[in-house]
Amino acid sequence: MAALRRTPPLAVVGTYLAILAYVAFALFPLYWLLKIALTPERLIYSDGTALWPSALTLENFRAVLFATDFLAYFRNSVIVSLGTAAATALIAAAAGYAFSRFAFRGKRLVIALMLVTQMFPLLMIIAPIYKIVAALGLLNSLTSLIIVYTAFNIPFATFLMQSFFDGIPKDLEEAAMMDGCTRLQALRKVILPLTLPGLGATLGFVFTAAWSELFFALMLIRSDDTMTFPVGLLSFVSKFSVDWGQMMAAGVLALVPSCLFFAFIQRYLVQGLTSGAVKG
Amino acid sequence: MAEMELRDVRKSYGGTEVLRNIDLRIGDGEFVVLVGPSGCGKSTLLRMIAGLESITGGALLIDGAEMTDVPPRARDIAMVFQSYALYPHMSVARNMGFSMEIRRRPETERRGPVDAAARTLGLGSFLDRLPRALSGGQRQRVAMGRAIVRDPKAFLFDEPLSNLDAALRAEMRLEIARLHQRLGTTMVYVTHDQVEAMTLADRIVVLNGGDIQQVGTPIELYERPANRFVATFIGSPTMNVLEVAPSRDGLRLADGTPLPGPGTARHIGIRPEHIALAKPGEGIAATVEVIERLGSDSNVHCEIPGVGPILARIRGNPDIRPGASVGLVPEKDHLHYFDASGTALPGMAM
Repeated sequence: MAALRRTPPLAVVGTYLAILAYVAFALFPLYWLLKIALTPERLIYSDGTALWPSALTLENFRAVLFATDFLAYFRNSVIVSLGTAAATALIAAAAGYAFSRFAFRGKRLVIALMLVTQMFPLLMIIAPIYKIVAALGLLNSLTSLIIVYTAFNIPFATFLMQSFFDGIPKDLEEAAMMDGCTRLQALRKVILPLTLPGLGATLGFVFTAAWSELFFALMLIRSDDTMTFPVGLLSFVSKFSVDWGQMMAAGVLALVPSCLFFAFIQRYLVQGLTSGAVKG
Repeated sequence: MAEMELRDVRKSYGGTEVLRNIDLRIGDGEFVVLVGPSGCGKSTLLRMIAGLESITGGALLIDGAEMTDVPPRARDIAMVFQSYALYPHMSVARNMGFSMEIRRRPETERRGPVDAAARTLGLGSFLDRLPRALSGGQRQRVAMGRAIVRDPKAFLFDEPLSNLDAALRAEMRLEIARLHQRLGTTMVYVTHDQVEAMTLADRIVVLNGGDIQQVGTPIELYERPANRFVATFIGSPTMNVLEVAPSRDGLRLADGTPLPGPGTARHIGIRPEHIALAKPGEGIAATVEVIERLGSDSNVHCEIPGVGPILARIRGNPDIRPGASVGLVPEKDHLHYFDASGTALPGMAM
């Protein structure tokens, strides 16, 4: 049997070559980002498209960290992204649970409206949003970004969470309630632990979306001390030149929290936790 | 242990009534099986007793106390689900002791009942495992163990064996019967499998289309079905029902065979095991179509010309072949009579 099932060596090599080609293709932009960040300023143009820099330096990183406002941008982005991720996950989890478990009047309408909000180009609504935020006196504040990002991410995050709740058999909560739980206890002790992969996915999705958002941040933020990282990145572009080395170094640094965040939540992203709950 | 009473209980979803006029008293320690075809409302009725489904009208009393609107956690009832509904992120031990955990019993106190239940169910060596590492039968046992540790006034079972294979189902059926004998707790059990109903129940409640058709002991239902539905639902293989017309001295089949019985009967029923094979010319003339030989018995499927198919269950292994002409002799005192509405009529057997 084992002999029959053994894959020909050529196929194995082919499979790995294909995977390698795909990984190289996907990671190349990241490599290029790192390469430029490590290339000394004077060699950026002379090295051109050479795959390996002729000299290495950490000067760009030092300049970004100590000679620019990068750390402030970075801190602002962390606050906005974490705030957005937390607020969105909380609201989307509650809404997703309600959509998944309860039948109530107007449910279809609310779902339809949430879908409709996803259909408008951002450009169309930036002006009204700007007016609302200005009227609330929230221009130039990180709070405005958290509110706007949360509002924009909730529909998708809710549908995502709903699909995770749908995947958890209703019998489990009912069993918990028969065991003596209130609905909230059943939710907290039985359903929530099983939804962690979903919650992790939602947090990751929203965090990344907020981390890389440029459009609203550009419109709603003017002052240096409330700029988020994507807006701050633009300060490396001046009227006559682009400081490629520092810009790429900032880009590399900006990847760090995203990577850390995913490293932290990836164990919750592991699926298959609900297997064995019910028949099968 | 508990007595339960359902008084004129109704259930409707929107304008659709799925259960009506449910009056049922379940005695302390009784094993009652709710049985009926798919969609008859049996699971809904069980879930209403559990509190997982609201009661539209009428009242539910447990030990004389009104429970109609009391939430499930306050009814002191345990339920075993068809899907087992084990908490997948908890070990077998924690699954079984979860009801005590919710009631804030310390872990040292929980261990005793969990271990005892695990021992009786043969789960002792699985206590640290997660449900996904168990087989279907073991999961079923854990679900039962969880209900036992709960130490409830009554157990509810919602088709607990329907996901198991035939051999395991028979084994678990016996396990449940033992459990009932040992604990003596009131049990309400839903199934569509009438073998489970017949073997487990003190009393069977037959439901169809949202109404109770008959309540009685398995033997009562088998021997004195209240109507054609119960007659054909209870018993395996099912009862033969043949159309009859009144005649001068009783009834006759469409082929003219005379039969005794009340003139108002429109159908007669006869169980396959109450028909004997005779030589052609005796009894009702029929042709053998198929013979299923089961070893101890044989199911002889026949066709009565002009009347329709009929099944006879004969002990042993009769020497006949498909296509043979035979006579069928029904045992007269096991004939059942039904009027035009399907209600059983007192006949010679009653």
